[in-house]
Amino acid sequence: MAGILSITGLGKRYASGLVALEDVNLEIQKGEIVALLGPNGAGKTTLISIVCGIVSGTSGTVLVDGHDIVRDYRASRALIGLVPQELHTDMFETVWATLNFSRGLFGKAPDAAHLEKVLRDLSLWEKRHDKIMTLSGGMKRRVLIAKALAHEPRLLFLDEPTAGVDVELRRDMWALVRRLRESGVTIILTTHYIEEAEEMADRIGVIAKGKLIVVEEKAKLMRQLGKKQLTIHLMSPLAQLPEALSAWNLTLKSEGRDLEYTFDGHEEKSGIPELLRKLAELGLEFNDLQTRQSTLEDIFVSLVHRKP
Amino acid sequence: MNHHAVYAIFRFELARFGRTLWTSLATPVITTSLYFVVFGAAIGPRMTGMGDVPYGAFIVPGLIMLAIFTESLNNASFGIYLPKFTGTIYELLSAPVSPFEIVLAYVGAAATKSVILGLVILATANFFVPIRVEHPVWMFAFLVLVATTFCLFGFILGIWAKSFEQLSFIPMLVVTPLTFLGGAFYSIDMLPPAWRTFSLFNPIVYLINGFRWTFYGTSDVPVEASFGATLAFFAICLVVVAWIFRTGYRLKN
Repeated sequence: MAGILSITGLGKRYASGLVALEDVNLEIQKGEIVALLGPNGAGKTTLISIVCGIVSGTSGTVLVDGHDIVRDYRASRALIGLVPQELHTDMFETVWATLNFSRGLFGKAPDAAHLEKVLRDLSLWEKRHDKIMTLSGGMKRRVLIAKALAHEPRLLFLDEPTAGVDVELRRDMWALVRRLRESGVTIILTTHYIEEAEEMADRIGVIAKGKLIVVEEKAKLMRQLGKKQLTIHLMSPLAQLPEALSAWNLTLKSEGRDLEYTFDGHEEKSGIPELLRKLAELGLEFNDLQTRQSTLEDIFVSLVHRKP
Repeated sequence: MNHHAVYAIFRFELARFGRTLWTSLATPVITTSLYFVVFGAAIGPRMTGMGDVPYGAFIVPGLIMLAIFTESLNNASFGIYLPKFTGTIYELLSAPVSPFEIVLAYVGAAATKSVILGLVILATANFFVPIRVEHPVWMFAFLVLVATTFCLFGFILGIWAKSFEQLSFIPMLVVTPLTFLGGAFYSIDMLPPAWRTFSLFNPIVYLINGFRWTFYGTSDVPVEASFGATLAFFAICLVVVAWIFRTGYRLKN
C-alpha cells in the first residue's frame, strides 16, 4: 500500500512561545482508519489544521499523496476533506447551496448526482432545501460531513465527529466511516471516546503535550501495553503481604481482603498455578477469583500520565 | 486558476446580497431621494456657483460616490468578516485556492454589487434632475475602479476587524465625514482659502471631483490628480492585501 499522508519532524510553536507540536512523525497508508487520542489541548486539532492548511507549521514537512502541503497546496488540499470539531455553518444558506459551494471551492465541476448520493447517505436528502439554521445539532454535524465529502476527498479528517452526538447518529457515523473506507477513502479521526477508537480504528496514535507518544495497530497496542489482573478474594483479611509471596507482583487491596496480581497475559507462563499453590501452602483460603484485562482506556491513561 | 472556486465564492456572495436585496437597494435609493428632496428641491435653488450645472445635478456624482464608498466598505468587509465570525473561514483556508483567487472572488462580488448600486442611484437621480454624462466610458471606468478600490479596502477592514464595532468604525467615523467634507455637496472653490487648502489633503476630494468631471467636464482639482490618487489608493490596498496573505495576518496562526 502506498502512503497517503507522510508527516516528518512537524513542529508548531506559536508566537506566544507555546509549543503545540513537537517533532511529530506519522505515516498513514491508503485506506486506513487511524484514530488520534489525546487529552484536551494535546495538539490533535493543531496537527489536523496544519495538514489542511488552516495553521502554518513552524518546522517539518507534510506530504499528501506525495504533494507537499506548502509548495503544492492545490494538489494536496484537493485530496483532503475536513469535518471540523465546532459546528461552523453558513446558517442562512440551504443545505444544497452550501454543498455546491464546497464542491466548487475545492475545484470540482458541479455534479448533482454525487451531491444527491452524499445527502442520501447521510439521511439529509429530505432537508436539502432547508436553511441550515433550522436544523438540529446532529443534522448540522451531518451537513458538515456532507460538505467535506462534496468534492470526493481521498483523505478525510474527522475532528471529534461524535462529540455531543446521540447514540443513533454515532452509530450511523461509524457505519458511514466504514463505507467510506470500503470506497478507498483514508480516514483520520480524533476523539475523546476511547470506545470509538476501539470500535473504528486500525491504528491508534496517542498525542500528549504536543508529542505523538505512540502509533500502533490497535490489537498490537493492547497486546504490548495491556495488562491482566487477577483478583483473589481472601476468606480472612491480611495485615500485610507475606514475605513468601514477594516473587509475584502483588498488591493488597480492600483492607487486606483482596490480593491483586498483575501479570502479562501474553507470557507463556502466567505464574497463576504457582501462586495458587503457594497460597494453599501458606494456608491462605480464598472464596473468589476474578481476572480482568486492561482496556484501551487504561492504556491511554497510563500513556498520557507516563513521565517523559 | 481554480475557476470553479472563484465562481463558487462569487455566486455565494451574490446570493448573500440577493437575500438582502430589498434593504441593499431600497435603502440607498430612498436615502438618495431624500437628499434630492432636501438639497435639490429645498436648498438647491438658493445655491449658486456651480457654473451652468443646476445644484440638484451637481450633487449626483457626489451622492453616487458616497453610496459607493460606504456600500463597498460594508459589503466587502462583511463578506470576509462573516466567515471569520461564524468560523466557516476554515473551509476557505483549507481549500485549494490562491490568495489572488480569494480576493478576485470576494472583491469582485462586492464590487459588482456596488457598481449595480451606483447605476441604480444614477437612474433614480435621473427622475429628479436632468443629468448629462459627458464621458460615459470614463464614468463607468471610474465607477468600477473606485468600487473595486473601496471593496479591497473593505476586504482589508474585514480581515483586520475583531468585532462588529471595529467593522463599522472606519466607514462611520472616517469615510463618511471625509466624504461630507470632500465636496460631495459643494464645490471646494466655495470654501475660504484656508479651508480650501486643507480640503486638498482629503483624498476623497480627488475621487468625487474626478467622478464629477466624467459627468460635467468640470472639476475643482486636475483630473489627472484624481485618477492618480485613485490608482495610488488602489495600489496601496493591493500591497496590503498581498502582505496579509503572505504573513497570514489575522487569518492563520
